[in-house]
Amino acid sequence: MLEIIDVSRSFGDFRALDQVNLKIESGEFFTLLGPSGCGKTTLLRCIAGFEQIDSGKILLDGRPLTDIAPEKRPIHTVFQSYALFPHMTVAENIAFPLRMAKLDKTEISRRVAEVLEDVRLPDKANHYPDALSGGQKQRIAIARALVNRPRLLLLDEPLSALDAKLREQMQIELINLQQEVGITFIYVTHDQGEALALSHRIAVMNQGNISQIDEPSVIYSYPKNRFVADFIGQCNLIEGRLEGWESGWRFAIPGLDSIPVQNNNEAFSSGQDCALSLRPEKIRLASRLDASPDECLFSGTVHDMLYLGDVTVYIVELGNGLQVEALLANSAPGRTRLFEKGDAVQIAWRHDAGHLVN
Amino acid sequence: MKSEKSLILSKFSASRGNKGVIAAAVLVYLFLYLPLAVVVIFSFNDSRLNAEWVGFTLDWYHKLFNNRDMLQAAGNSVLIACISALMASVLGTLAGMAIHRFRQKWLSALVLGPVAMPDILIGVSLLLMFMLLNVTLGTVSIILAHVSFCIGFVALAVQARMAGMDDSLIEAARDLGASPWQSFRLITLPLLLPGIIAGGLMAFTLSIDDFVITFFTAGVGSSTLPLEIYSMVKIAVTPEVNAVSTLLMLLTLVLILAISRISPQALRN
Repeated sequence: MLEIIDVSRSFGDFRALDQVNLKIESGEFFTLLGPSGCGKTTLLRCIAGFEQIDSGKILLDGRPLTDIAPEKRPIHTVFQSYALFPHMTVAENIAFPLRMAKLDKTEISRRVAEVLEDVRLPDKANHYPDALSGGQKQRIAIARALVNRPRLLLLDEPLSALDAKLREQMQIELINLQQEVGITFIYVTHDQGEALALSHRIAVMNQGNISQIDEPSVIYSYPKNRFVADFIGQCNLIEGRLEGWESGWRFAIPGLDSIPVQNNNEAFSSGQDCALSLRPEKIRLASRLDASPDECLFSGTVHDMLYLGDVTVYIVELGNGLQVEALLANSAPGRTRLFEKGDAVQIAWRHDAGHLVN
Repeated sequence: MKSEKSLILSKFSASRGNKGVIAAAVLVYLFLYLPLAVVVIFSFNDSRLNAEWVGFTLDWYHKLFNNRDMLQAAGNSVLIACISALMASVLGTLAGMAIHRFRQKWLSALVLGPVAMPDILIGVSLLLMFMLLNVTLGTVSIILAHVSFCIGFVALAVQARMAGMDDSLIEAARDLGASPWQSFRLITLPLLLPGIIAGGLMAFTLSIDDFVITFFTAGVGSSTLPLEIYSMVKIAVTPEVNAVSTLLMLLTLVLILAISRISPQALRN
């Protein structure tokens, strides 16, 4: 188990990490997600030992890591650039951590052969890294980091250099690999899709702080604040004020009718300014809608549209000028034509479709 | 400069077709190598005068290898060049790494300064310094002088290699269990080696044929090959001088070829 307690790190005036607290369980696939400059890479480098922390503690299985040199930590890293040693063959690269651990020669060659088999590149043992494709380099970098069975594997945007097809394939391989070896993975990425697909839990980071730590489905459906809602996937953020009525909680949108909303766990109080986060795919759209009693209904006009093949994204402008993004599957039953700019449409969503954030 | 003129000429004639270009190239190479060829040819000439071809002989080489002063100067030169190149390689490598690590412009300017400085200036100032410090002029002072102007060349070559190297390689080595020394020995050094060797060979050639700086820093009984040749030429350019020049040329040529052949691939395989 890795515990990060009140860890701060500044570079000059820039606070890269601001009192970060985090607990990562053994065997977990944990992702640090955020835009560039949010501190995720700094945190990873602090765990690896390449970066000193100004204050706080990092504990691995209860033991503080702070004064331990990088080479003495049972933690290995997969670098964004792969960092394969160009003057060593694939086999020598993989053998490197075993040599440093002073294993005997027969054991080293046995383990190298074994791990090359695992990443399905046994015939590349005597090739130099230059002769490998991007995906192969990636697999060798992971093999090299795993061969000495670290307690923790850190991955710094390892798939960012691969093309989209290969990336998806590598994502599946990573999930399977992590399950097989059972080693804790800490994965850094700015790609929210990758984070959602791979992780057991995600920590969304922003400006040196952790905005939210949750499972992917919770992060997606119940973002804690505007930043998380906006950063993860597409999201409408409708500004307004929460009002408590006898009939229940209502959300007053300036210039429009107030609508019933859920106030989960009474997180917000009456009269509080907040935002309703609403995923585009939760909004129904048609030229005329028959709203059910548990839906709210608005009329508007199509302001913009984006045809994406499987779906079409519509930006619908409501009466008060508010623009709402809605997503329509192009294969939906009864779809005969696409709406065009200027068409009058109606949109509706269930009262519990939105989620309040501050 | 005539060679520059020829180059411009060759560019000009490129538009007129291949023949002009080839002719210009031949002229440039003749201009560069004709004087050297003359020296080589006359070193085999069976005559005391560098005037006309009489017949082939190896006499001058024979004489040369019996000339005790010349042999001692040559030995001195090789010794000085080896030690200077070695010392410059070590110091230049450290300097090149420091320039890369600290990324300070003035640092590289400071190390590379002597490379650009006129030799006569370095020679005079070194002489002054040795006098001030009461250093006896001799082999040691020559070596110190040569090291000082060779460091920059090695540093330049090493820094270029460093710049082309992914910094995360060193971190990866540390990450995978290598101590700072191990990661230097197993990763940094092998990757810098082509640069170090190229710089070292460069230093060797610069040292072995340096005249100006050596002239100021040499003492009694510590002559080098270029100094010895100069003192012989003061009387007359004898075929013996041609012979020693030819040998020096051969050595330089071999080293230049070696430098240009050293590439990461060549070292790796």
